[in-house]
Amino acid sequence: MNIHEYQGKEVLREFGVKVPNGHVAYTVDEAVQAAEKLGTAVTVVKAQIHAGGRGKAGGVKVAKSLEEVRTYAEEILGKTLVTHQTGPEGKEVKRLLIEEGCDIQKEYYVGVVLDRATSRVVMMASEEGGTEIEEVAEKTPEKIFKEVIDPVVGLAPYQARRLAFNINIPNELISKAVGFMTGLYQAFVEKDCSIAEINPLVTTGDGEVLALDAKLNFDDNALYRQKAITELRDLDEEDEKEIEASKYDLSYVALDGNIGCMVNGAGLAMSTMDIIKYFGGEPANFLDVGGGATAEKVTEAFKIILSDPNVKGIFVNIFGGIMKCDVIAQGVVEATKQVGLEIPLVVRLEGTNVDLGKEILNESGLNITSADSMADGAQKIVSMVK
Amino acid sequence: MGVYVNKDTKVIVQGITGGTARFHTKQMLEYGTKIVGGVTPKKGGTEVEGVPVFNTLQEAVDATGATVSVIYVPAPFAADAIIEAVDAELDLAICITEHIPVLDMVKVKRYMEGKKTRLIGPNCPGVITADECKVGIMPGYIHKKGHIGVVSRSGTLTYEAVHQLTQAGYGQTSAVGIGGDPVNGTNFIDVLSAFNEDPETEAVIMIGEIGGTAEEEAAQWVKANMKKPVVGFIGGATAPPGKRMGHAGAIISGGKGTADEKIRVMKECGIAVADTPAVIGETMIKVLQDTGLAEKCKTH
Repeated sequence: MNIHEYQGKEVLREFGVKVPNGHVAYTVDEAVQAAEKLGTAVTVVKAQIHAGGRGKAGGVKVAKSLEEVRTYAEEILGKTLVTHQTGPEGKEVKRLLIEEGCDIQKEYYVGVVLDRATSRVVMMASEEGGTEIEEVAEKTPEKIFKEVIDPVVGLAPYQARRLAFNINIPNELISKAVGFMTGLYQAFVEKDCSIAEINPLVTTGDGEVLALDAKLNFDDNALYRQKAITELRDLDEEDEKEIEASKYDLSYVALDGNIGCMVNGAGLAMSTMDIIKYFGGEPANFLDVGGGATAEKVTEAFKIILSDPNVKGIFVNIFGGIMKCDVIAQGVVEATKQVGLEIPLVVRLEGTNVDLGKEILNESGLNITSADSMADGAQKIVSMVK
Repeated sequence: MGVYVNKDTKVIVQGITGGTARFHTKQMLEYGTKIVGGVTPKKGGTEVEGVPVFNTLQEAVDATGATVSVIYVPAPFAADAIIEAVDAELDLAICITEHIPVLDMVKVKRYMEGKKTRLIGPNCPGVITADECKVGIMPGYIHKKGHIGVVSRSGTLTYEAVHQLTQAGYGQTSAVGIGGDPVNGTNFIDVLSAFNEDPETEAVIMIGEIGGTAEEEAAQWVKANMKKPVVGFIGGATAPPGKRMGHAGAIISGGKGTADEKIRVMKECGIAVADTPAVIGETMIKVLQDTGLAEKCKTH
């Protein structure tokens, strides 16, 4: 799960990580009031969307008066920002962060992520703040320093010091940088983050170490124990069909094509997309109905697929393990009864209770094309939507 | 033979009184697996499918002499169940549970360092040695005893590959699901190395997916150490970057973990990679024919 920058900064504050003062604003008037409350000579107006690259897209402006705050707020609120992370359709700005400006001396990068190779949490830091870390990693990998963290002892002070020295934080600010990194690591583990990225971290003229930006993502599997974080979810930032799917515990990702897919198992679901593409079709979605799906869940999954106006045909590909084929068949029949079906449907069933499943589909009287294998099914649906 | 489990393996089911565990305990018993006990706190003294239930894993192990456990415990309590298995000094714990918080697994992995127990999973279908022992959730009937080993990050893709082999008349030794999470107990190299040592296994299918670099590392290992032919497949070639494809570990981030890169490295290391999941079996059969192993591996 993602949250906004201003929310991330609130979370970091709880852990003693210093961030500039600021307030969220939903309207232009609120933006001006927030700037008044801050009372600083320079105010930054920042678009709040769940994507990076806002600055380059015109979503971050520095205002030197309340009038400028008003002008920029009017300009940015309601604007659709297109960045390298939003996709071509962009994202509409509905919230602003109004923040005090600060006297930046130098920009750095600090990030905390899970390192799959060591199965440990790693803190990374670089002197090259402000730019994409992937870019730094590619061009000047020697400028990224890493500390692998033992979960028993946490980030040791010497590790934080070593990072701070390595990225050339000035001597008089080393202690503050260590405090910052320690707090950041604490926030990461206590809030079950999957990414905690500060880009840039800045040192200021008045001798502070601050998080100028904050990107926190959270482990969906841990949300059950992070009630406060789940309340920060902004449904405006998510695809409607993905929200609907998450209500039923379905794993759904919207794509650009026209062949809807319903599959059990993540690996098979991904490969079903691949094979559709291999035979010249375009998948409209990734959808894993999971192992323990009920007929009701399958019905909802089917409805979600059909709610996408781009979908011109559906391919159901099931290899029953825990998932029983008769349950899938019942769900498909139920869904088509509820919402109707005017587009081609190809079903491939294999595995647990396959005969029972096929029987249910045959007796339903629905116009269903059955397939003997995954390849057969993919070829059939691709030719039917053309 | 086969790897990790066989007809003599005694198995305990952790979390045996839950609905999924009950269903699969029955299925495993029907397959012939020696399920000798189950564990659910406060349900000690009862029975599931005629199997005695204990309050703690240690009690179950002491009473039955089991060396392997399979875990169906719900995600919030699964890390604790794995640690309990490690403390009971089992040889092997197979964790089926999905959706375990990744930081729980980071702690579990740290705790397991230097300990005796091997963990397979979590978020995996389990391990089956054909016609001998099924520990997990895979449909037993698609497997047939033979000479091909299968290792995979995905459950249903494993079934797909096994089914293709069986239909074409090529049986399997064991099929091992290592799970779709970013932090897991047993990796590709561990399983490949076990198949390398198994006298019954003649060739191996390795099924990966996008995310991480485990497939690349395994491919390098194959090139340097593997005495038997390996056929591969990678799921997720068309997945968009930055989106988690169901499995927590299946995500392309920072340009890393793409299918193209994995396939490139695998081919470079001498692994024949199937173009689509529908031809994993075919690709293996072709390799067996080319290496003169087809006759030996054909089971009917």
